[in-house]
Amino acid sequence: MNRVELVTRRTFLGGVFSAGALVLGARLLPLDALAATESASGADGAALHPSVYLGIDTDGTVIVVAHRSEMGTGIRTGLPMIVADELDADWSKVKVGQALGDVKYGSQNTDGSCSIRDFGDAMREAGATARLMLERAAAAKWGVPAEECKAKNHEVVHASSKRKLGYGELASLAAQQAVPKKEELKYKQASEYRYIGKDFPTVDRDDISAGRGTFGIDARMPGMVYASIERSPVLGGKLKTFDDQEAKKVPGVQQTVVIPGFKPPHAFQALGGVAVIANNTWSAMKGREALKVEWESSEHASYESAEYKKSLLETVRKPQKVARNIGDVDAEFAKGGKTHEAEYYVPHLSHAPMEPPAAVAEVKDGKAVVWAATQNPQAVQDTVAAALGINKKDVECHVTLLGGGFGRKSKPDYVAEAALLSKAVGKPVKVSWSREDDIRFDYYHTVSAMYIKAAVDEKGKPTAWLQRCAFPSMMSTFSATASAASGGELGMGWTNLPFDIPNHRAENGPAQHHIRLGWLRSVANIQHAFAIHSFVDELANLAKRDSVEYLLDVLGQPRKIDLGSRSPLAAKYPLETGRLRNVIELAAERSGWAKNKSSKGKGFGIAAHWSFLTYVAAVVQVEVDDKGKVRIPRVDIALDAGRVISPDRVRAQFEGASVFGAGIALMNEITAAAGAVQQSNFHNYKVARIDEAPVETRVHIVQSEAPPAGVGEPGVPPMAPAICNAIFAATGKRIRDLPIKKQLA
Amino acid sequence: MPAMTINVNGKERTVDVHPDMPLLWVLRDNLELTGTKFGCGMGLCGACTVHLNGAAVRSCQTSVKNAVGKNVVTIEGLNAKAEHPVQVCWRQNNVPQCGYCQSGQIMAAAALLKQKPKPTDADIDNAMRGNICRCGTYQRIRQAIKQAAEVNR
Repeated sequence: MNRVELVTRRTFLGGVFSAGALVLGARLLPLDALAATESASGADGAALHPSVYLGIDTDGTVIVVAHRSEMGTGIRTGLPMIVADELDADWSKVKVGQALGDVKYGSQNTDGSCSIRDFGDAMREAGATARLMLERAAAAKWGVPAEECKAKNHEVVHASSKRKLGYGELASLAAQQAVPKKEELKYKQASEYRYIGKDFPTVDRDDISAGRGTFGIDARMPGMVYASIERSPVLGGKLKTFDDQEAKKVPGVQQTVVIPGFKPPHAFQALGGVAVIANNTWSAMKGREALKVEWESSEHASYESAEYKKSLLETVRKPQKVARNIGDVDAEFAKGGKTHEAEYYVPHLSHAPMEPPAAVAEVKDGKAVVWAATQNPQAVQDTVAAALGINKKDVECHVTLLGGGFGRKSKPDYVAEAALLSKAVGKPVKVSWSREDDIRFDYYHTVSAMYIKAAVDEKGKPTAWLQRCAFPSMMSTFSATASAASGGELGMGWTNLPFDIPNHRAENGPAQHHIRLGWLRSVANIQHAFAIHSFVDELANLAKRDSVEYLLDVLGQPRKIDLGSRSPLAAKYPLETGRLRNVIELAAERSGWAKNKSSKGKGFGIAAHWSFLTYVAAVVQVEVDDKGKVRIPRVDIALDAGRVISPDRVRAQFEGASVFGAGIALMNEITAAAGAVQQSNFHNYKVARIDEAPVETRVHIVQSEAPPAGVGEPGVPPMAPAICNAIFAATGKRIRDLPIKKQLA
Repeated sequence: MPAMTINVNGKERTVDVHPDMPLLWVLRDNLELTGTKFGCGMGLCGACTVHLNGAAVRSCQTSVKNAVGKNVVTIEGLNAKAEHPVQVCWRQNNVPQCGYCQSGQIMAAAALLKQKPKPTDADIDNAMRGNICRCGTYQRIRQAIKQAAEVNR
């Protein structure tokens, strides 16, 4: 469905190439988007633009445009590797250029663990197209059949006459070739890959180890000033009064600027507040401390986490809206057999990327130029354009490296702040959020309660399974009246329970938001996986059966689960229980499950979850000491993400997910009182440190030729339940409320 | 405000800033040495770690006046070719993910190895627990430190 075409060199990264370069654009869109777009724009896709760019300059330099954001997954390396491999390029001659925000690239929103999934095929096609054009160019020059010319390691070779020409020498001739049709392309066999599937350093590794990588907070513009912004502690609280006399006395402070409050829904708008502008970051922060600001109250000032938890639990104790139904759970429960029920709770979480949100903007002559650590440069364009009342195309968004993202940096409110302030002061402005800003004004992971009830047969296997959840939806960010979970959120591990149970009902109850909500690494899978995979382990223990054996029994025979979706994506990536069984068996085998027996203070736990189209099982070993302190010496994660491009980066993502998931289980917790978030920095929003994180995470990748699936997020969901299942095995204590904190003391 | 002279990466640098200004912001905003990162401003995360007379300190908690007359080394000055054993082993183990905390991690690790050329796991925990990595690269950090200790011997 992709289409490769020649494009003018001037459209490529601002025209970095010399005349005569071969420059290709490959038009592509993700599967689901494509179906929608083709109906809108006609089957010829005339409204679509090239969105992957590949160029070969006359000196042989290959430049691949990275249109996705780098926040640590290695995507700036992974996608270009695919192009380079299919092109048979010499990697040392490949450069990666970072794209500006531009609709021509298709979606640049780097979230949802979908960059390889959605763009890998187009990358292959672009590489194979360029290779064939180079071969044909050489054939024309030598007057030999194209079939006799083979591209290899940056040269095209004619074996029988021993002639060869480099890619640079051929670039101009290749650019005169007709672009081959897709049917003419020949792709490499997997055995011919030079880069795909091999361990490879990322293109940013050396810069980072030398302290040279440029992040959002490092961006500079000539004449730039620095801003720190005081905001309402309660969402939607309007500015009542402020006094900036003392602030203006702080050395280095230049002025203060009021940013107006947002109009609901808050979406990605600047929150509003009082900004202190100074000639360095520290003066801006000190000036802000000296501000005296009073805020009006807001409808959200009643938000109290302890009370809210009670209300969520009450909601899930009563029947709610049915989201999925199989058979008749009520009839099965009415039979009066053995049942088990439990309630679970997961608090708000904060992304807390190590780089707090930061951006630099210059607004001049009705145009904006911004440099930002953003996962979504096109949302930056939209948001800044709306804030300033200018056209989207007049917002030029440069994407820096991101010092962590985890979903936070998809929401460019901080870039809007920088743009509004630049417009107000007539100079480029850098907005640097403090850690306190980051933790108090995040788009938090939601807060949730889950209730599950099962009826079991004589072997303890469920015959009916009822589950209810309630949590404020992240859709509240886009609709102030959103009062129940969206289908997308429920589709993350709630309405796709893959168990072999004849009677099953999934429900969702209403809940109102009171702080900004958004997606955080693995999103609603976090709470859904925690409840479901804790509960299945509870059932295994009640039945006095081995947790792995029981889990496999509940999963049932290998089959595809019909989730009722007819989308192309669902057709390409069905939920196959056989693949889930396989990762469970692999994790069990590699962790030594059969011989590892839990004992007092030492336990093993398992959980397996399908998310972002990837199958993951985690076996966790814990040690719990007399004081209730949890140590995690080892984690074994088995995963099936289909075809893997960069195994080392896949391992790294799952090692990281193990730590991220352990933090969620052990200590991450955001609470609110009188509408304001109570945490502010790493002393009270605790995250996993080196001596608290799993000591060793072994990652076992299933070799697969299935289409590539997600990697960045799916390692997170099984971690918290696997840890809590291991804790139960070690102590007999069942954790149903996260985080664990001092519950074991 | 009187100008102050501090020695950063072997060079005398004169800065005209408030004496209480944290070294972190002098390095980043005034001297444009942005390899040293801001993470928390409270000495809780280690992203701003630099060496002051050879010891690892949190530059967000070190006033510039307290750096006068001492040698400040940042990630940019750890090794002219970025070939300090810790940096080499960092690369060999592909430690960084997003990379943001890594300058601080490398500076903390280099200071640890200077003090304890052959650190135990407990030594690594003690020296590195002040450096947060949200990407979760701790396992490779530990591995790289142990490898650098071998190289050093």
